[in-house]
Amino acid sequence: MASTEIMTVNMGPQHPSTHGVLRLVIELDGEVIQKITPHIGFLHRGIEKLSEHRTYHQIIPLTDRLDYLAPMSNNLGYVLAVEKLLGITVPERAETIRVILAELTRVKSHLVWLACHALDIGAMTVFIYAFREREKVMELYEKLSGARMTSNYFRVGGLSSELYDGFEKDVREILDTFPAYFDTYEGLLTKNTIWLQRTIGNGFISAEDAVDAGITGPALRGSGVDWDMRRDNPYSGYEKYKFVVPVGEKCDTFDRYKVRLVEMRESIKIIGQAMAALKPGPILADVPQVCYPPKDSVYNTIEGLIHHFKIASEGFPAPEGEVYQAVEAPKGELGYYLVSEGGNMPYRMRIRPPSFCNLSAIEKMAKGGMIADLVAVIGTLDIVLGDIDR
Amino acid sequence: MAENHRAVVKLREKFAGSVLEVKEFRGEVTVTVKKEEIVAICTFLRDSLKYNLLSDVTAVDYLGREPRFMMVYNLYSIPGKDRLRVKAPVEESPAVVDTVSTVWSTADWLEREVFDLFGITFTGHPDLRRILLTDDWVGHPLRKDYPLQGPDREPYAGRLS
Repeated sequence: MASTEIMTVNMGPQHPSTHGVLRLVIELDGEVIQKITPHIGFLHRGIEKLSEHRTYHQIIPLTDRLDYLAPMSNNLGYVLAVEKLLGITVPERAETIRVILAELTRVKSHLVWLACHALDIGAMTVFIYAFREREKVMELYEKLSGARMTSNYFRVGGLSSELYDGFEKDVREILDTFPAYFDTYEGLLTKNTIWLQRTIGNGFISAEDAVDAGITGPALRGSGVDWDMRRDNPYSGYEKYKFVVPVGEKCDTFDRYKVRLVEMRESIKIIGQAMAALKPGPILADVPQVCYPPKDSVYNTIEGLIHHFKIASEGFPAPEGEVYQAVEAPKGELGYYLVSEGGNMPYRMRIRPPSFCNLSAIEKMAKGGMIADLVAVIGTLDIVLGDIDR
Repeated sequence: MAENHRAVVKLREKFAGSVLEVKEFRGEVTVTVKKEEIVAICTFLRDSLKYNLLSDVTAVDYLGREPRFMMVYNLYSIPGKDRLRVKAPVEESPAVVDTVSTVWSTADWLEREVFDLFGITFTGHPDLRRILLTDDWVGHPLRKDYPLQGPDREPYAGRLS
């Protein structure tokens, strides 16, 4: 006589395949998942609360620490929200550089996703390769902003500094070499029997369910929903670039994998177009009450020094109102909802994290499957706990 | 301008008594409605006007004003490619509002977060527990009367001179 008993298993928070500090309590019938209860918040730093006590410029470094694999995308969403609140426009050069960096960030973030996702499923070579390529983007980050991960490079109204000499050469090298690397990954995975067996049909979620569950970004496009904010609600000059929005059909892990790989190739194309469009010009808007003065003037004139000091210490007042600005971050819709009551600090700042909403669908995607497939589902959702917990 | 917005026209027609305020700022339309009608309005917006994606649910604490809290729902329509913000005032006690997790399942976790950080209760929510903080946490950190450095320490005066 066979009898079954539901077994409760704890996974995480210290578990390599939970991508950080995610804890899942799983109820199993044999190896089949009956229920998943995620426990999050281990990385909660109260960034929304902190933001209510910081000036608008002082919040930018906090946003680096949300999705720490894609800091520039976080910066971009935030500065766009503040610029919308203030009603200022950014010079074209700054916009173009922001696009280049946001797309490099997307590639960098997707490389970590691919590396960890493949490692979770057992393909270690891809992990080593993808991290090797990511290092190139990290080096560029370091030369540009002084930091490998927490870049803090964007400013309200533009950028913190001009590009370094040789930036163009470094980006060109990435553009020239990366497509071949993507071919290598595809060669290792796309026709790999083990990979196919682990990903096809895994983590199924229909388009309707995915929208209902609030899934956004590549995970939603993998379910066949043709929606990309860069194309449909363009910001920062994305309307000027031609790119394809990949869409999946079968709503499974394999389609989400293909979508993200195509996205990396499209990002490379966008960067190429943006590099061609890059013209000399100012990198900060001409709004002295908001933007920092050029460093040359800070170091050499008393007016510049006072100006810098005023903005660094007091910040700038923002008009009363509320705005919501979303960007297509590598993980999905990253939104900033700012409420200003006047004054130099936001009255309330809400961050709409893509990973949080994506993770909430995990039970729907993994229920009824084997516990080993849960690891693939976590990988395909591409979550970052810094983003979920804030 | 805001009055011509496709959702505002329909809401004025169908829920005339529940629309408290319509506002436009920087091209974004915000409709403030009575909290009693929030589920009916959200269902209508989802089904008839195709606001099928609930981007975000959050709250704002206007301490010292009546009513104290404001629930904020940021909606997006994937077919229509436009946004709409719906707000509903919630008084301090009882800080209760109906759940919209029956309309969009993504509201499940987002409302849990509002419950956790603001202490607003959602009637009809299937699983209303704290989500980011531990179950034995005292207080709701995003309330304006919750000190930044925690309840047992001197209130944070700000880093600014």
